[in-house]
Amino acid sequence: MDTDERRLDGNAAAGLLGEIFPFDMTSVWTVCAGCGAMEQAGVQPVYMDAPGMVMRCVHCENVLIRMAKGNGRCWLDFRGVVCLQIDESS
Amino acid sequence: MARAAVLGRLTWQLGNVRDTVAETPRVRSLIVDIAGWRGHRPGQHVDIRLTAEDGYQAVRSYSIASPPEEPLITVTVEQLDDGEVSPYLVEEVRPGDRLEFRGPIGGYFVWETTQGGPLFLVAGGSGVVPLRAMIRHRIAAGSDVPVRLLYSSRSPEDVIYRDELDRLPTEQHGIEIVYTYTRSQPSGWTGYGRRVDRAMLQEVAWPSGQRPLAFVCGPTPFVEAVAADLVALGNEPARVRTERFGPTGG
Amino acid sequence: MKDFISRGFRGRRRPPEQADRLPPGQYLVTDFPVLSAGPTPHTPLDQWDFSISGDVEQPKRWSWEEFRALPRETITRDVHCVTRWSKLDTVWEGVSVDTLLAQVEHDASYVVAFSDGGYTTNLPLEDVTGGKAWVADTFDGEPLEPEHGGPARLLVPHLYFWKSAKWVRGLRLLDDDAPGFWETLGYHNRGDPWQEQRYWGD
Repeated sequence: MDTDERRLDGNAAAGLLGEIFPFDMTSVWTVCAGCGAMEQAGVQPVYMDAPGMVMRCVHCENVLIRMAKGNGRCWLDFRGVVCLQIDESS
Repeated sequence: MARAAVLGRLTWQLGNVRDTVAETPRVRSLIVDIAGWRGHRPGQHVDIRLTAEDGYQAVRSYSIASPPEEPLITVTVEQLDDGEVSPYLVEEVRPGDRLEFRGPIGGYFVWETTQGGPLFLVAGGSGVVPLRAMIRHRIAAGSDVPVRLLYSSRSPEDVIYRDELDRLPTEQHGIEIVYTYTRSQPSGWTGYGRRVDRAMLQEVAWPSGQRPLAFVCGPTPFVEAVAADLVALGNEPARVRTERFGPTGG
Repeated sequence: MKDFISRGFRGRRRPPEQADRLPPGQYLVTDFPVLSAGPTPHTPLDQWDFSISGDVEQPKRWSWEEFRALPRETITRDVHCVTRWSKLDTVWEGVSVDTLLAQVEHDASYVVAFSDGGYTTNLPLEDVTGGKAWVADTFDGEPLEPEHGGPARLLVPHLYFWKSAKWVRGLRLLDDDAPGFWETLGYHNRGDPWQEQRYWGD
């Protein structure tokens, strides 16, 4: 089975991220630290079946967000995101 | 109908399976009652978690097939050959069973009548599930937004919600359904008999000048190819929304 | 919600007839799961090389032909993924890391394996020497498929499989430890499955 077929998108990661963030994590906008592109998380490719969730930039494939869980703890890495834009009315 | 508010972090909730519906030989819908459910938006999904006696857990995402106007949640599941969760949901689960749900999830792949149209929905296999929620919502809300669904299936036997979809063009003003069958076609079929490609989209989609809202859902390669074609045909990327189901459709 | 059990759900796992060969918390699989943090790289063999660099007297590089000409071994080992699947008696062919390291002069204490696509993982030198690690290009008698890390991956079977870096392109030798891709996100720095070292603090 092809890794590229297994690729999902931000919609699939939103359940996991939604355990931490109290707002919709598919419609937030991410600004990529690699290429500067701004896209909604729902568009970004996501790899879910590794030891952790990895969201990459749809334009440059740079890692945007990483998340892992284990033993009652959760680890989040947002270094690949310059900032998140959250619509306060959503 | 009030929009469901986002009320904080997602947590796991128990839901009771009230009924099951065999949609096709490999696809089943579960009608579920989730205590404390505060509503959802058309296009959103839930995560379902299964736990074995030794503590092993598996989690998968499934689109909500019912619109917010219906009192119970419908989740439609396609059984994958080497699946771990889908065979359990399609073959084992029975009314009276309980399942753990997390949701509703998603605000990007959502359509409500207030967003307008015209609406172009493109389904690959079980990708039709969230699009059917959007269609049912459009009808329940009494909207006249024009809707066109392009639905790609392997064969007529694989079409989910067949009876419902076949009734729509005659019962509802402004809803059109176009089928394409990629492996076997009914005898006498004069419609499309191939995978969705740019030429087909050019014929079926609303002209890009009408600035349609497009929602594309299904296996990852299908979604990526269709979305790229729609953008190449002049649609704005922000008006082509996608949800990838992974290798074989969810 | 930990008390809720789904009636009749067993999952895909197999009963552990060989329970003594399974580390704690693992289950047996007979297929070979594909897990990835990114798209599959496809480096053509005429552009592939393997290098050892960092804290060495002289960096060393092998082309694919040079790598294939090195002394090779066939090894059969059990492998254990931190996501809890284990696969027994997997058969690989490749070059021992001892053979590769013998060609450089160094007194480093740590290595970082780096791969196409940017993946890294770190190990103390003693975990890749003394017949414990290989650069493997053949699985089950066939060239290693891209989905499983081909053309070549690191193989360190005595540790969790995230240390067996897919699409490996080299080792950097270092005086100080440098946690890699998963080690910087909560995963244990060493990862011994028999001590169930999955996460920080285990």
